[in-house]
Amino acid sequence: LSTPQKHQRGNTMRSVSVDLNHDASLLIDIPDALCERDKVKFTVHTKTTLSSFQKPDFSVPRQHEDFIWLHDTLVETEDYAGLIIPPAPPKPDFESPREKMHKLGEGEATMTKEEYTKMKQELEAEYLAVFKKTVQVHEVFLQRLSSHPNLSKDRNFQIFLEYDQDLTVRRKNAKEMFGGFFKNMVKSADEVLISGIKEVDDFFEQEKTFLLDYYSKIKDSTAKAEKMTRSHKNIADDYIHISATLNSLSADDTTILFVSVQKVEGRVASDQELKLTELLRYYMRDIQAAKDLLYRRARALVDYENSNKALDKARLKSKDIPQAEEHQQQCLQKFDKLSESGKKELTSFKGRRVVAFRKNLIEMAELEIKHAKVSSTIQLTHFYTNEKWTL
Amino acid sequence: MADTARDPPPQHTDFHELEDGEDLFPEPTATLESEPASLPAEDISTNSNGPKQDSLFDDDPEDLFAEATEEVSLDSPERDVLLSDGPSPAITPITPPTSVLTPRIGLHDDMFTHSSFDEIEEEEGGDSFDIHISVSDPEKVGDGMNAYMAYKVTTKTSISLFKSHEFSVKRRFSDFLGLHSKLASKYLHIGYIVPPAPEKSIVGMTKVKVGKEDQSSNEFVEKRRSALERYLMRTVKLPVLLKDPDVLQFLESSELPRAVSTQALSSAGLLRMVNKAAEAVNKMTIKMNESDAWFEEKQQHFENLDVQLRKLHASMESLVLHRKELSVNTAQFAKSAAMLGNSEDHTALSRALSQLAEVEEKIDQLHQDQANADFYLFSELLGDYVRLITAVKGVFDHRMKTWQKWQDTQMLLQKKREAEAKLQFNNKPDKLQQAKDEIKELEGKVEQGEREFEQISKTIRKEVSRFEKERVKDFKTIIIKYLESLVQTQQQLIKYWDAFLPEAKAIS
Repeated sequence: LSTPQKHQRGNTMRSVSVDLNHDASLLIDIPDALCERDKVKFTVHTKTTLSSFQKPDFSVPRQHEDFIWLHDTLVETEDYAGLIIPPAPPKPDFESPREKMHKLGEGEATMTKEEYTKMKQELEAEYLAVFKKTVQVHEVFLQRLSSHPNLSKDRNFQIFLEYDQDLTVRRKNAKEMFGGFFKNMVKSADEVLISGIKEVDDFFEQEKTFLLDYYSKIKDSTAKAEKMTRSHKNIADDYIHISATLNSLSADDTTILFVSVQKVEGRVASDQELKLTELLRYYMRDIQAAKDLLYRRARALVDYENSNKALDKARLKSKDIPQAEEHQQQCLQKFDKLSESGKKELTSFKGRRVVAFRKNLIEMAELEIKHAKVSSTIQLTHFYTNEKWTL
Repeated sequence: MADTARDPPPQHTDFHELEDGEDLFPEPTATLESEPASLPAEDISTNSNGPKQDSLFDDDPEDLFAEATEEVSLDSPERDVLLSDGPSPAITPITPPTSVLTPRIGLHDDMFTHSSFDEIEEEEGGDSFDIHISVSDPEKVGDGMNAYMAYKVTTKTSISLFKSHEFSVKRRFSDFLGLHSKLASKYLHIGYIVPPAPEKSIVGMTKVKVGKEDQSSNEFVEKRRSALERYLMRTVKLPVLLKDPDVLQFLESSELPRAVSTQALSSAGLLRMVNKAAEAVNKMTIKMNESDAWFEEKQQHFENLDVQLRKLHASMESLVLHRKELSVNTAQFAKSAAMLGNSEDHTALSRALSQLAEVEEKIDQLHQDQANADFYLFSELLGDYVRLITAVKGVFDHRMKTWQKWQDTQMLLQKKREAEAKLQFNNKPDKLQQAKDEIKELEGKVEQGEREFEQISKTIRKEVSRFEKERVKDFKTIIIKYLESLVQTQQQLIKYWDAFLPEAKAIS
């Protein structure tokens, strides 16, 4: 593909999340990655002034599974129950371009060499785009952690960043310890539980209503945006075939026109994907993470209510009252802690979301305008040229 | 997922973080797009096209043409097949691109000389063709399975052949088919490229008959109306057809005898017959001594054109389909975005999302209009030409048949002469006279056969020249129209997104 390009540090304007990686005490990025078949190896680079780290500047290789291990470990840490754990990055998915590449190979005989080369180029670009996206989303995950006052101090996070050996062994051990129990629980019953509890706090009542509704809406929007992007890509592919055929009929400006039309369509598709679809996709996952927080709080409330019942029972029976009291206190404390922390998290989450939407919507509109202008300029030029011919 | 056969994905890529808006697909050399993009965006704003355009072109025309040069000189296909006229000395080369095109030597030169010869010969069918036919007002007549669509055929002309300057008649689809079958039977076999009539469609018509007043049957009627109009216009562009009494009767007379057995004589059926004949001819392995390289080359040319146009047509149909899908998906997204906006509790963001939904709805309409342009301008034209080329190939085959007939007659004459010689030798006076009479008759037939062959060859030369000229003009017109539609779409997009931008910026 293209020659290896230098990573630009500093102005890390992540497309979906802002205000990340500005704190110089802990700067994380993924400057490069390697793609071998299905496996992506990320180079995680850390620059830090914190004394808790052994070195000020270092890199480690990590796989996607390592990120998942880190995420799950954080989710299952009791202390973080009141925090929105940044959503785990999705698995790198090269299925779509790979399938297309396969189909292209099968259809090679039916197209001209030029057409084939063009299609192949487009597919390679698509492959590259998927690649860049996955690096981006893994990077954002780490940067969310490093910018969080609590999570950035997590011991496992440090191990992730620093441990220069393979994490596979650790990952296996973790799985045995937790067994993914909590995660499974969260997946299954959260909606029912969240909507079922009697909410005394107005803030959480509003948040609950909002998040549940918003989640289903944004999930739908994400799916529809994906379909739109796919259609744009299909159109761009059609123009490749059209311009190739026109080219074999007569190579003149017309071909160039269609080639450029195709390029613009392709860019529109990928920009829309980055600014709109990716945005929606990311916040869909983030809202799920917020819902998880609500769930954990709901669970804590249930536990507290149960402990009350147990205490009443103990009092009735005049048996084990101190234990029951202690347990009830613990549950109350836990619940209060979750509520307090949860409120802070959800408020900052909203701010974050609004800022990200604003940034991406502006950028998307600006890009659309830019593409339309470029496109119409080319077309007008061609039109003008054509007019000259007929004189 | 073992796909070892495939090219391995990028093995190692240093990740390059893009500034938003930066080119995701960097070009190795300076490209067309980079030129306009480097111009300050404000220049190409919503001002009128006039003055700004000039400054734009003054700055960069050379660069743009340089790019054209680069692209063009890289390959060496038949340059002017699709768009340019067979360049003859008559056309003065003006613009850099034209002069840059390096004509192929050898065969191409033949094309040049022949076409200039043809142009001088061509006096009839001049450029100012003062007749315009429109097909309009489709009206359903009758009910049930006997129902049919009646179309109004309006002719506006100043040609003296006609009784008046403007007149209308009502015709149904089978009338068109009937007209075509008559013209085909009269003119195809002597070398005239008779335009094929639009295709029959059982499914389409049944829906209309049954009375389904839905989108698809309306589209079908419109598609057919447009095709019938193009058919008539193409037909009258042939001078020999314009003068034909059947054509005049079709356009003028209020009552037309019902065309019978149009089943057998539909253009599709006719073309099938022509194709079968062509196959049969090929099977007979006519080793026609093509003394005229022109015909050999033209036949090859049309074969190639046939393949390419079919391919283009297929790609165009795919484009239309995908654009329609895009329209549907955009509409669905718009609805979804509106719901999301309603659900959003941050006021400004909520409004922005609703605005986004509105923008996308408008864009959906744009996509629909563009899809129509794709279709009616381009796709249908390509379909017409695919059918036309089949007619052209048929005409070439008729020439072969004519040649064959002439040769056969000549061989028969030869045999009869040999038989006469034998009779003379054997001294059989009465049979001899009969033989002499037959020979005389055959000599006449041979002469006639040769004349017919020469005539059809001459006609085909003229027809091909006319056809190519028409084709080039047609495509040029359509591409310009298509361009206009693309430009309009882009400018509308700019308007919509420009209106949305402040809404997005207002989010706080």
